[in-house]
Amino acid sequence: MSEAILELTGVSKTYGGVRANTNVSLNVPRGSITGLIGPNGSGKTTLFNSIVGYHPIDAGSIRFEGQEISNLHVQEIARLGLLRTFQTTRIYGKMNCMQNMLISLPHRRAGLLDMFSRQHDEAAEKAEHLLAFVGLYEKRWLRSGSLSFGQQKLLEFAMALMNEPTVLLLDEPTAGINPTLINGLLDRLRRANTEFGITLFIIEHNMRVIMSMASTIYCLAHGEMLAAGTPNEVQNDRRVIDAYLGVH
Amino acid sequence: MQHLIENITILTAAPVINLGLLIDGILIGAIFALAAYGLALVWGVMNVKNLAQGDFIMTGGYIAWSLGRHGIQPLFGVPLAFVLLWGIGYVIYYLVVRKVITRDLFTSLLATFGIAICLQQTLNLIFGPDTQSAQADLPTWQFADGLISIAATRLIGFALAVILAIAVVLFMKNSRMGQAIRATAQDARAARVLGIEPEKVYAFTFSLNAAICGAVGALVVLVWNVQPFLGTTYSIRLFVIVTAAGVGNLPGVIAAGFGMGVFEQFGGFLFGAEFQQALIVILLLGVLTFRILQLRRFRQAVQ
Amino acid sequence: MNRNTLALIGITVLGLIAPFLLPQYSNEIAVMWLMIVFASTWDVLGGQMGYNSLGNIVFFGAGMYISAIVQIGLYYDVAMYTSGARTTHIVFTHAQYFTGFTLGVFAAGIGAAILAVLAGFILFGLRGPYFAIGTLGLAIAAAEIVASWTYVGAASGVSMPVFPGGPEAQKLYFYFLLFALALGTLVFLRWLYATKFGLALNAIRDDEQKAEAMGLQTKQYKRFAWALSAIPLGISGAVFGNMTGFIDPREIAFPTTTFNIFMVLMVLLGGKGTLWGPVIGAVLFHVIKEVTWTYFLGWQYIALGLLIVITVVYFPQGIVGWLTENYPNVFGERPKDERNSVKAPVLESAE
Repeated sequence: MSEAILELTGVSKTYGGVRANTNVSLNVPRGSITGLIGPNGSGKTTLFNSIVGYHPIDAGSIRFEGQEISNLHVQEIARLGLLRTFQTTRIYGKMNCMQNMLISLPHRRAGLLDMFSRQHDEAAEKAEHLLAFVGLYEKRWLRSGSLSFGQQKLLEFAMALMNEPTVLLLDEPTAGINPTLINGLLDRLRRANTEFGITLFIIEHNMRVIMSMASTIYCLAHGEMLAAGTPNEVQNDRRVIDAYLGVH
Repeated sequence: MQHLIENITILTAAPVINLGLLIDGILIGAIFALAAYGLALVWGVMNVKNLAQGDFIMTGGYIAWSLGRHGIQPLFGVPLAFVLLWGIGYVIYYLVVRKVITRDLFTSLLATFGIAICLQQTLNLIFGPDTQSAQADLPTWQFADGLISIAATRLIGFALAVILAIAVVLFMKNSRMGQAIRATAQDARAARVLGIEPEKVYAFTFSLNAAICGAVGALVVLVWNVQPFLGTTYSIRLFVIVTAAGVGNLPGVIAAGFGMGVFEQFGGFLFGAEFQQALIVILLLGVLTFRILQLRRFRQAVQ
Repeated sequence: MNRNTLALIGITVLGLIAPFLLPQYSNEIAVMWLMIVFASTWDVLGGQMGYNSLGNIVFFGAGMYISAIVQIGLYYDVAMYTSGARTTHIVFTHAQYFTGFTLGVFAAGIGAAILAVLAGFILFGLRGPYFAIGTLGLAIAAAEIVASWTYVGAASGVSMPVFPGGPEAQKLYFYFLLFALALGTLVFLRWLYATKFGLALNAIRDDEQKAEAMGLQTKQYKRFAWALSAIPLGISGAVFGNMTGFIDPREIAFPTTTFNIFMVLMVLLGGKGTLWGPVIGAVLFHVIKEVTWTYFLGWQYIALGLLIVITVVYFPQGIVGWLTENYPNVFGERPKDERNSVKAPVLESAE
């Protein structure tokens, strides 16, 4: 078991009177695909939001590559290499796909003046390569807002890859995707993990998907950590089954 | 600066004056609170930030003033302006507002701003650029050796404002339309499913707000004054009130309205009347900055 | 040669010969160049970055007053010069005027940029309509503050140094200054919109939270964009102040209900978020206004208000937007040429 690239210890967050997360602790091993499951309202997206710095947490610690990040802002955390995709799939709608990709270059060491240098050909090549990787090469000059929902999801994924993250948090990546295309998406996710070495931390409702992809799964219920372990262990855990009330 | 120090000295030397300013502030604050309530209503129900609010008020004021010029008691202008502005509000809603409700927020802001300009300039064309006020010919009572004077007009203005406010609140609570308005404000789609037509609700709300402004304007011309271009100042003033209190927080809006009245009385006394507009915009920037700092703790921006 | 370059060359030629072809309209055309500066700089924030400012006039007025202070202050005591107590008529020599003016223009540009950064610190925590109202408040506040600042003559304004040269020379001088400023601004913006910075601004417009989540330094870029767009505004204020010869806070430097709103209307008319939209909107608006102003007599501001409402409600995409929608082949974006630099692996396309 490799060391943890993302460590949460005792994270709690209250949202307008509701205790969204209570004392959540988990480890995401470097290079792994880890899953986060739980019934609706169990606090999964809130946890993601806490990790990426969207809001401050009430208690606990979040460490990324050994560094405490719970007091950092979204941009700073993103520049450290921790990215997320959104449940609602967010892209830059008025720009074309290539532009969406080009603006997603990593800005780790870029100063303000670098933004004025000429666009390098390597950037365009990399963008085309990644668009081809997700199957959007032919559509690269189309306005991204005119793509179908599934295509936008793939674009968002490609943009994330363009940014060369170390860890990628995916919020329900297969939601709304035509079931016949899910396998293609999963294939690309696995390749991103094995070829590009990106650690994946995935929220999923589709049990078939997450059980086949992840090596470790965490289950949340009512904001608390309910169970953790290998897919087999979690699948057969009585408490998890009860939490889902037999659905799935 | 010197005037400021002189004025502060007066306030500390004769504390009774503070009381006078406070009373005046509350009397006028009631009027602000009522108009701010209307603004918050339109904002909350239709998500339209009506920059023409102050100009509706001025229009109502000029209606009452015209009555006075023809020898009729201007107090009758309150119900008259209410009715006339209801009609004007409805027309404006039908022609302009209903087309911009669904668009982004800047579009509706700009549209109401355009309406504000039209209204201001029309009033200027018809009535001229001079400041006007109307007299109700009612007594003024003096207290504390003339240091405090309370005009009966102001008291009546206060009373009318309170009555109108109570009427509106009761209406919102108990009538079907009032309930429909509150339902639409919470979730327009759900309201539609339940048989409420949001368009009718929006038209009613906007007209109601315009009518409230008309009545307020009639009160304003009696206790203060009107001028075609004073509308923008009012709009900003009311915007400050609603932003400070928070759109959904209606009791807060009313309280902030009173607070604004008192603030302006003291501010006007200390700094002089010519700083009225400056004080209001500085207060605006102050309130916005406060909101920014407040939300910064949650890493949010003021949306 | 690219279409944009062609258009710029055309404008350059027209601009150079206009004052000689139509000398009686020289001043009006000069103001048209000013309008182009107004519209293009407003669009940097409004159309490209998605922040609609209702107070950009504050940089225009600030530049105007900064230049006045520099031009006068170099040789005389400003407070004395602007006070009503001054009885002697002051004349500036050639050297004094042009040194002062040049330094004034520089100071105006730099001052406007600094003001933009400061304003950004306060106001960029606001979004959408709050930002608009906040900037409007800023503009009104500026007008009021300057109007009570006796050092620069308060509400009575300042008589600017007189141009040393005849009225003909003065007309041409300021015409070409404004023309050069407009042209320079367009050339600069054309370059800017082609850089990564331009893309970043568009990303902020399309989805600011997404841009933050992807690590873009949005705060830095926003401030920089505002500062960049403030510089031409400040300079134009300095130039315009000298052109009119007299400046005052409410009517000339910070006219919140005229120039300030024109900026927004012109861009809306022409089309937000494009290089030429603001230019077309500015030219069209200015020409129509000049032609019809006298006919409307008294109704002109009502017509202005109506124009705003009609444009916002019925024509929000502006002329360029309308053209792009209806004639995409002619006016649409042309994709770059295909380059076979990357062998696309055969994956099923995501249909």
